[in-house]
Amino acid sequence: MAVEQPRTQVSAQAQTQAQAQDPARAGEQTRIHNIGYRNYDGPRLGRAYARRSLYSQSLRGAYGLGRSVKSKVLPMLLFVVMCVPALIMVAVAVATKAKDLPVDYTRYAIIMQAVIGLYVASQGPQSVSRDLRFKTVPLYFSRPIETADYVRAKYAALASALFIITAAPLLVLYVGALLAKLDFSDQTKGFAQGLLSVALLSLLFAGIGLVISAVTPRRGFGIAAVIAVLTISYGAVSTVQAIAYDQSSNDAIAWLGLFSPITLIDGVQTAFLGASSAFPGGAGPSGAEGVVYLLVVLGLVAGCYGLLMRRYRKVGL
Amino acid sequence: MIATESLSKRFPRVTALDRLSVDVGPGVTGLVGANGAGKSTLIKILLGLSPATEGRATVLGLDVATKGGEIRERVGYMPEHDCLPPDVSATEFVVHMARMSGLPPAAARERTADTLRHVGLYEERYRPIGGYSTGMKQRVKLAQALVHDPQLVFLDEPTNGLDPVGRDDMLGLIRRIHTDFGISVLVTSHLLGELERTCDHVVVVDGGKLLRSSSTTDFTQRTAILAVEVTDTDEHPDGTAALRDVLHARGIDTHDGSGLPGAGHILLLTAQGEETYDLVRDTVADLGLGLVRMEQRRHHIAEVFKDGDEQTPKDGDGQRDGGQAGDEQRKEAVRHGG
Repeated sequence: MAVEQPRTQVSAQAQTQAQAQDPARAGEQTRIHNIGYRNYDGPRLGRAYARRSLYSQSLRGAYGLGRSVKSKVLPMLLFVVMCVPALIMVAVAVATKAKDLPVDYTRYAIIMQAVIGLYVASQGPQSVSRDLRFKTVPLYFSRPIETADYVRAKYAALASALFIITAAPLLVLYVGALLAKLDFSDQTKGFAQGLLSVALLSLLFAGIGLVISAVTPRRGFGIAAVIAVLTISYGAVSTVQAIAYDQSSNDAIAWLGLFSPITLIDGVQTAFLGASSAFPGGAGPSGAEGVVYLLVVLGLVAGCYGLLMRRYRKVGL
Repeated sequence: MIATESLSKRFPRVTALDRLSVDVGPGVTGLVGANGAGKSTLIKILLGLSPATEGRATVLGLDVATKGGEIRERVGYMPEHDCLPPDVSATEFVVHMARMSGLPPAAARERTADTLRHVGLYEERYRPIGGYSTGMKQRVKLAQALVHDPQLVFLDEPTNGLDPVGRDDMLGLIRRIHTDFGISVLVTSHLLGELERTCDHVVVVDGGKLLRSSSTTDFTQRTAILAVEVTDTDEHPDGTAALRDVLHARGIDTHDGSGLPGAGHILLLTAQGEETYDLVRDTVADLGLGLVRMEQRRHHIAEVFKDGDEQTPKDGDGQRDGGQAGDEQRKEAVRHGG
């Protein structure tokens, strides 16, 4: 049974003591002693490495990897649901020899926003509420990392996960467009704009999702709250926009878009990334309004980060 | 290993630590105090996670105020509360925590397998933690504190919630952390009895103040207590009472261990030296009683909870912490003594 010599000598006295205390366990104890304890002399990679480890663990966790089979189902399903329409569009484009894709790269995420919302709502709480609920957070802070490392790793992981789920269908579209021999430079430009747009969307949605989830250790509340914030804000904004459209006040439509996450992204990409707005009448922001949109998005991202830092400063041991 | 110098921690309403100065060397050190005595606060400060209001402290020669990260790389911590996600396996969890301590992936896996085996988790380590018993969970918590081979571990109430057998196992394991693994241990508990068996050194805090710090042998040698149990005979229908009367006549105070299970059948008395043992033996023989047992009860280091130098061992229920902790403590004393 002895795999290698024990590094630490076990005094005979200690061993007899252990056996005297509990003869029933003596066999087991002897076995352990034979294997022996080995000290670790290898490298300790420190804080930055620990942060990267937390990032990769959280990113994998966002797709259920390294967790139970049950927790893989929803994220994988949503991933498939995100990609299938893109596959269909590509198939149609190739079959009909269309001159253009049926949907712009920048428009895809707007159309699929419900799926993205569901993904944030399910994986945001998964990422942070569990650590709070099972009190794993104190264990992390007993490691070399600091509050900022934890927040950055979690934020980056969820944003990356969102980027993967939003960029994958764009990649499908792009590859399909090239297969259908559509104009290369046009498609590449559109694809790049689409990627930029979903990157911004990922940062914004991840921030909002995490801030809401980090408030409660209850995952169910977290999920409900994220869905509520995303859908209620969008519902309210689009309703009021529709009313504004009826009264043909196009200025108001553009400004109203500032009040929900998805319309914010829509506004930014309409102003800067050559997208056609999904606002009623296509009355998206332009120029100066677009700058305000961009500032609000960046402000929200920074604000979410700040709130998370504040939230975790209080979570000690 | 650890040195604090008039370390204080004040919260708006409470003073958790009050000018605590203590030196802890290598080995197993027990940190004893009633609930709320400041044990957990002290650990937080020593890990560099909570700044002290005043005073200073070093761990492994590193200042806690400035070198928190370095300290946490070389120190392990086992929290008092539950801290394990139920839906991952012990292996996966401990590997992750090893990487969080800076171990490269391959080393993390290897150390995890080793450490889990050392704490006594075998096949079950691949199952989700949610299905573990309290004892197994405690072992996983211990494993994550040891996986990066620290020089020192802080164990916060490691025997909490364990049954007597599990408690003995855990105490044996803690002892081995030092003797076999060569890792120094700071273990907190509100039960003196169990620490006395495990620790080389015991530090007692109460209300954030240092009550006492000395080696375990000091504690117990000064307060050797004998528990004596005798049979009844026809001549002396109550043998215990008869023995007590005679011993009283010879100037030895006894205590019937009231409040303890088995009260009335045993006598507790202080052994002044060898002659006390002889006296008891002779007395019992003279009375014609059967001596069922005469043994050392060493569990009355509980007296340190009392003020001053007064060391009257018969006053077994004089602990300050009172309440439930006190009750538990007495039960504990009896169980280990018996």
